[in-house]
Amino acid sequence: MDLLLEYREQLLAGLVTTVELALASLVLSVTLGLLGAWAKLSANRAANALAGAYTTVVRGVPDLVLIMLVFFGGQVTVNAIGTATGLWDYVEISQFVAGALTIGVIFGAYFTETFRGAILAIPRGQIEAGISTGMSRPLVFRRIIWPQMVRYAVPGFGNNWLVQLKTTALVSVIGLQDLVYNAFSAGRSTGALFTFMAAAFVIYLALTALSDLGLRALERRYSRGVVRA
Amino acid sequence: MENLLSFIPLDLPLIVQNLDRFLQGVGVTLGLTFLSLALGGAMAVPLAIARASRHRVLNPLIWAYTYVFRGTPLLVQTYLLYYGAGQFQFVRESWLWGPVLSQAWWCALIAFTLNTCAYTTELLRGAIVDTPKGEVEAAIATGMSHSGRLHRIVLPSAFRRAIPAYSNEVIFMLHGSVVASTITLQDILGVGRWLNGRYYLAYEGLITAAVLYFIIVFAITRVFRWLERRYLRHLERRRDPVVRNIAPPMGVK
Repeated sequence: MDLLLEYREQLLAGLVTTVELALASLVLSVTLGLLGAWAKLSANRAANALAGAYTTVVRGVPDLVLIMLVFFGGQVTVNAIGTATGLWDYVEISQFVAGALTIGVIFGAYFTETFRGAILAIPRGQIEAGISTGMSRPLVFRRIIWPQMVRYAVPGFGNNWLVQLKTTALVSVIGLQDLVYNAFSAGRSTGALFTFMAAAFVIYLALTALSDLGLRALERRYSRGVVRA
Repeated sequence: MENLLSFIPLDLPLIVQNLDRFLQGVGVTLGLTFLSLALGGAMAVPLAIARASRHRVLNPLIWAYTYVFRGTPLLVQTYLLYYGAGQFQFVRESWLWGPVLSQAWWCALIAFTLNTCAYTTELLRGAIVDTPKGEVEAAIATGMSHSGRLHRIVLPSAFRRAIPAYSNEVIFMLHGSVVASTITLQDILGVGRWLNGRYYLAYEGLITAAVLYFIIVFAITRVFRWLERRYLRHLERRRDPVVRNIAPPMGVK
């Protein structure tokens, strides 16, 4: 316990990085998820195919493989393009950017499915009713689809977020000084790896438990007006 | 063909040269994934039954176990076991240390098994709890015992209904198995990282790994699609010609 207190600043800094990474990737993935759901549900064939390929590839390749590809390969690619075109000098992709980008893109695929399912859960008749009363498409989206989509999407959203939060731990493998990395290096230098990994374990558990509570409140809020059998 | 290949900026001959290593990696990945799925799945069945039956002592204990293992990253669980166990003198002196707890493979297997068991327990519990009440009542009415109901009615139906969710768990476990490469094991990603490190490359090893994982996931989804068609046929939605012919509004499929 004394050891943990001695290293509390290092652990705290790691925790902050982990939370920042999770939130940054969440913003990206929700954006991509909305775009993806729109593309999957649109009548545009090209958009359908593109969104289909996106979700298939992401579901097919493990997160860490993609993170490493972006971090190691992306760096080389960006600089090769820079050298070839002369548009930019040497660029260094940080672990944080590589991690947030990759995890954001990966979970964008999961959010795509969540939002698509939520839109499909809205009774067709309501959308037809909106159209028949002369609402424009954007108005139908704003007044009928969006408020109900949020309601149907909250459980899936919560699930995705919990997985996403835990996935950020993988970025420690490419050297981002997140919670796992800092706990591990503190454990290494003190010879108390169990103590520090257990601390990381408990902190992650606290983060997911807190999220769980928050999400339940959100679910209650958005399902007001729904009668449960 | 030669010309065509030269457009791909990857050192393909090098990948082919090391294909046997990659295949060994496939073996390690599949071995760890499916062994832990089998062990974790077998343990999950009694745990899920205990949870679904709301056993007064077991239910909260099992809930706590699944909550903790579902609430923390697999990477941290694996590190805790592999790097953490050695902190204690008594662990290092026990008979388990040499053959099991100091071995990366065993630590990965144990951590993966505990992890997938927690998720599988919860999804099976959900499937058991969702058993249509009429089925259970019919079984009671025909005079089946509690255990008869369980293994003739509740479990077969629950297993079937759990297939779609379980296919996700299998894919998640395969994805999760890359954690093995972080504790020195030469799974698919481990071999990819080794190749990149050895020849100082940015893509070849990782792209080969990505392709191999993709093929495995594709095969898994195919198998599960077949299983679903076979075992969930009775739940397929009846095609209703009237509904189908309504034109989709605003291009919504």
